[in-house]
Amino acid sequence: MTYLNRPLPDRYQRPLYPNSRLERVLRSGRFAVTAELNAPDSADPEDVYRNALALAEVCDGINATDGSGANCHMSSIGCCALLARAGYEPILQVSCRDRNRIAIQGDLLGAAALGIQNVLCLTGDDVSVGDHPEAKRVFDFDALHLLRTAKIMRDRGVFLSGRKLTTAPRFFLGAAANPFAPPQALRHLRLAKKIEAGADFIQTQYCYDVPMFKAFMRRARDLGLHERVYILVGVGPLRSERAAEFMRTRVPGVHIPDAVVDRLAKTPKKQKRAEGIQICVEIIEEARQIEGVHGVHVMAYRQEETVAEIIQRAGILPRASAGGRQGARSRARLQE
Amino acid sequence: MPGSEWLKNHPRLLETIYRASQSVLRLLYPLLKRIGPGWTARVFVWSEEVSKGYIFNCQMCGQCILHSTGMTCPMNCPKNLRNGPCGGVRQNGHCEVIPEMPCVWVQAWQRDAQLGQYSGEIQLLQPPVNRTLQNSSAWINLLEGVDAQPASGWASIELEEMDSASV
Ligand code: SF4
Repeated sequence: MTYLNRPLPDRYQRPLYPNSRLERVLRSGRFAVTAELNAPDSADPEDVYRNALALAEVCDGINATDGSGANCHMSSIGCCALLARAGYEPILQVSCRDRNRIAIQGDLLGAAALGIQNVLCLTGDDVSVGDHPEAKRVFDFDALHLLRTAKIMRDRGVFLSGRKLTTAPRFFLGAAANPFAPPQALRHLRLAKKIEAGADFIQTQYCYDVPMFKAFMRRARDLGLHERVYILVGVGPLRSERAAEFMRTRVPGVHIPDAVVDRLAKTPKKQKRAEGIQICVEIIEEARQIEGVHGVHVMAYRQEETVAEIIQRAGILPRASAGGRQGARSRARLQE
Repeated sequence: MPGSEWLKNHPRLLETIYRASQSVLRLLYPLLKRIGPGWTARVFVWSEEVSKGYIFNCQMCGQCILHSTGMTCPMNCPKNLRNGPCGGVRQNGHCEVIPEMPCVWVQAWQRDAQLGQYSGEIQLLQPPVNRTLQNSSAWINLLEGVDAQPASGWASIELEEMDSASV
């Protein structure tokens, strides 16, 4: 017997990890918004805060990437600690590419102690696509080992080795899903396995192909997976058809249908940016109607300033924000 | 390698061979071990390197899960994934890291559907790799039961799950 034919635990039966604001938003049934913060190439905390401010106005959580695209940046744990200190709601991204099980478990404890409550567990892009292709790839764990180990630390209060923790972390655990990479017809099974391993929420890869996403969600619903996990659909604005072409050929796992690229190519140069934002808004509006979609995850690489506009135009505001004081201020500004 | 692709595309046949060789080894091993454990281990390692190396491009991880992965060796995945494909699979079904290689997990999922007794085992959650077993004989580890002993933290949650499944 596998977990596919076992009765499903209801996600409301799980204890609430009271420290995660993101989980409270999702559990309340409100459509959640998270966004990706691009970690700076800098040792100055202000560079983190500047990027975060543009996002916090409209978000319930901020993801700090962990060497995204296998490029060197400020660490996720560093960004998240800064964010937590300023009262934001950070989501720590942990990839298996750079650290073995000893380093990962140590970082998880450190993160919890720094006030980080949300963890997104990832396999990670391969070193060959990044700026240090000659680096050693680690991959001691895969994403499911990582998820399950974080769950063991949280629920059993032990390390993977079985050694006891004095105080267990209280994580709200996330995983990624890519409904757009082959074998598309079986991707829901990978989702099921991630839920089994410990995922409480899911953030998907960029969605530019809504019919394909709908098919994935239908298969997930057939297994009842939408009842067991919160699914946030990944979106992002495209600057131009050239940016789209770059992403779909060079960034691993991104699928952009020709229709989207053509639409941008036909748009006059000056309006391409606005058109990219428009496409993103339309995708959110459509994806939001799909049963089992609980929120949206905006990844606006080097265009943080567009996130507020996208969320506002998609009609998801007004909302409580991920920010502290600035949140209230910017909310008032947005409502003017 | 010539022949091995054909074999891998007939996972049902490989499954039969796998089960047959397992029963033969189960009979032979206690005897061989009595005669000379060190010698037996060397012979096993050598024959695994030759046979599984030829058919599966075996990486000698020492904890074989071929029957749970459609008879496709997951250690050929450059990221060493044990639980399914990463999100980087190319639109043509090839690997993110090695563009000319079909993703081993795409193949594994297709082949798992063709298996008999073990079909569907690909959905099992595989524990982290025990790196101390690298280059030892997976056959001996299987017969001795050492390949099925995950770290005790991992085992603790599996026990809990069995409890909750039985109530
Ligand atoms: S594409 Fe397939 S073979 Fe390549 S790294 Fe990802 S899972 Fe492994």
